[in-house]
Amino acid sequence: MSQNSSTLPRWIDIGLIPILNVAMALLVSGLIILLIGESPLEAVQIMIQGALGYDEGIGYTLYYTTNFVFTGLAVAVAFHAGLFNIGGEGQAYIGGLGVGLFLLLADDSLSPILLLPVGIIAAGLFGAAWAAIPAYLQAYRGSHIVITTIMFNFIASALMVYLMVNVLIKPGQMSPESRVFLDTAHLPFAHEIFAWMGIKIARSPLNISIIWAAICCIGLWLFVWRTRWGYAIRSVGFNEKAAVYAGITPAKTIMLAMFISGALAGFVGVNEIMGVHHKLLLNYTAGYGFTGIAVSLMGRNHPFGIILASLLFGVLYQGGAELAFEVPTITRELVVVIQGLVILFSGALAYMSTPWIEWAYGALSRRQSSAGQGEG
Amino acid sequence: MSFLKQTMIVGAALMLSVSAQAADDKPAVVFDMGGKFDKSFNQGVFEGAERFKKETGVAYREFEVTNETQREQAIRKMAQRGRSPIVGVGFAQASAIEAVAKEFPDLKFTIIDGFVELPNVQAVLFKEEEGSFLVGILAAMASKTGKVGYIGGMDIPLIRAFGCGYEQGAKYANPSVEVIQNMTGTTPAAWNDPGRGSELTKGQVDRGADVIYAAAGGTGVGVYQAAKDAGKLAIGVDSNQNHLHPGTMLTSMVKRVDVAAYNSFKTGGDGTWKSGVQSLGLKEGGVDWALDDNNRSLITAAMEKRVSQAKADIIAGKIKVHDYRSNNSCK
Repeated sequence: MSQNSSTLPRWIDIGLIPILNVAMALLVSGLIILLIGESPLEAVQIMIQGALGYDEGIGYTLYYTTNFVFTGLAVAVAFHAGLFNIGGEGQAYIGGLGVGLFLLLADDSLSPILLLPVGIIAAGLFGAAWAAIPAYLQAYRGSHIVITTIMFNFIASALMVYLMVNVLIKPGQMSPESRVFLDTAHLPFAHEIFAWMGIKIARSPLNISIIWAAICCIGLWLFVWRTRWGYAIRSVGFNEKAAVYAGITPAKTIMLAMFISGALAGFVGVNEIMGVHHKLLLNYTAGYGFTGIAVSLMGRNHPFGIILASLLFGVLYQGGAELAFEVPTITRELVVVIQGLVILFSGALAYMSTPWIEWAYGALSRRQSSAGQGEG
Repeated sequence: MSFLKQTMIVGAALMLSVSAQAADDKPAVVFDMGGKFDKSFNQGVFEGAERFKKETGVAYREFEVTNETQREQAIRKMAQRGRSPIVGVGFAQASAIEAVAKEFPDLKFTIIDGFVELPNVQAVLFKEEEGSFLVGILAAMASKTGKVGYIGGMDIPLIRAFGCGYEQGAKYANPSVEVIQNMTGTTPAAWNDPGRGSELTKGQVDRGADVIYAAAGGTGVGVYQAAKDAGKLAIGVDSNQNHLHPGTMLTSMVKRVDVAAYNSFKTGGDGTWKSGVQSLGLKEGGVDWALDDNNRSLITAAMEKRVSQAKADIIAGKIKVHDYRSNNSCK
């Protein structure tokens, strides 16, 4: 997709404006917190302290960040091809099913060293397959991908409930969950790794999936900006007709972009199923797929921006939970309001402040240049 | 025994023991994703906790989870603050309670609707199938068309157990009755979708059902409204919902989660808290059918006699109600 063609220097466009947007969102949130009779400063302090102030909080923040990096990258790669993938939620769900099914079948027979790479492949393939159907319908049948990916979210949840309630449930229990995977199939938690090194930190769901998330960021950057396929994807996103003129087949490019998008979303399943829950269950995607859209928009569809935006949303999720825990009058609904305001200001209203900043920047640079002339 | 009377007796008995309340109890409750205002299951717990607070003046801490991972996080946080007893609401919290209870063997934990066997955990289960059996009898006897409906929330074994008990009760009263069953959805949104509840009700009414039982949390509100609009009867769930639409609400299948939460807090304070698994059925007053002024006119003498007899028979063990969850099947 085309970036906005502003006259501003890059550091303002990708640095100052996002920070201003978040600040405006926090300002409005502060007013709301003031209205219900709590101190906004104290609330911000609890959020920051809860998310970044101690080892358990940092662990939870980074665990959320891992999920948002996967879904944010998924939305971004589709976005570069001009596609709006709203189906990250369903693709993540099915990706989890992929890694879960694989572990249920093979956790006792396959060598533990192989479980992680094959688990990643299983999650990616299942997620990609789930994205491939809407991609095919878009590429060859012209069904709009926004509609089909949304519908596939519902189909994914229906499929999961059918499987969990009727097929994969561990018999003799009430909760629709599969059996727990063998210990050898659990990804090491961060607190376990630190314990091996002799450092004791509090337990949290953070696990080595975060390393895979980092690898995906680098890999995606190389793919989109340093390969022919990435060039084809960006060309189709910028101008499909020009891409055809350049010898690129849009249909194939759409399939490729969505395939990668679905696989990235599917990796949420690695973090959740193999890393945290160690069993198949329902509802583990918890809206990460949808939040990925905001993460990608805020990160300007660039892996580095997505990492920063994911961190911000990780802080909002973990700090928000902490806030709801510590201050009884701030309910979880209010935390959703704060998260929603950040999404509103940095997504929907992302360019609201641009004209003013352009004006201010213009005025400043004019004054500087005229001052320079006066001296000279 | 009527629902109101029972509440009053329980309340009076508890009033007497207020003075014995120890000053050092620090109860906490972790609600599940439905939230404490779901007009149903979580709200029942909330009301029990509020009643405790009002009677004893002891404040409790609470948290509402928003995703799978927060359950263990919230319960552990409560434990780190030395809270006890900690009440976990819903079967989905069982594994989280189990993990945290092992780490904090000196604290007391209560899981409602879940099964955990540890020396410091109290597991409270309900025999929903027994209460559903009774309202099934009433539904079949009140039905003129010989067709009754059931609308569940999210399609999970617990909700199938409600439907399964209901079907057995209806067939017990009238072997030729037809039970039409629908589930609202496959995501947690199904617990709070009155619009869809209303559509499903209209669909069941079109197929001939004239008494509809909803076990669907907030979705039930739509079911009852649609039943009222069509001039049919409906059956409430969890709390006594008879007052919502007098004349439409045939009865309610009450599940006393409020009493479970109240008792856990209460006994945690006065030192009589006991670990172990409690299975609360008709016999223990854990589930029941509701009869009050709002539905008095809908329940005929014959119906009351039949259902009271069935209740006595279930308590005496003469009628065995099959539990869907025992073998994941209604057979």
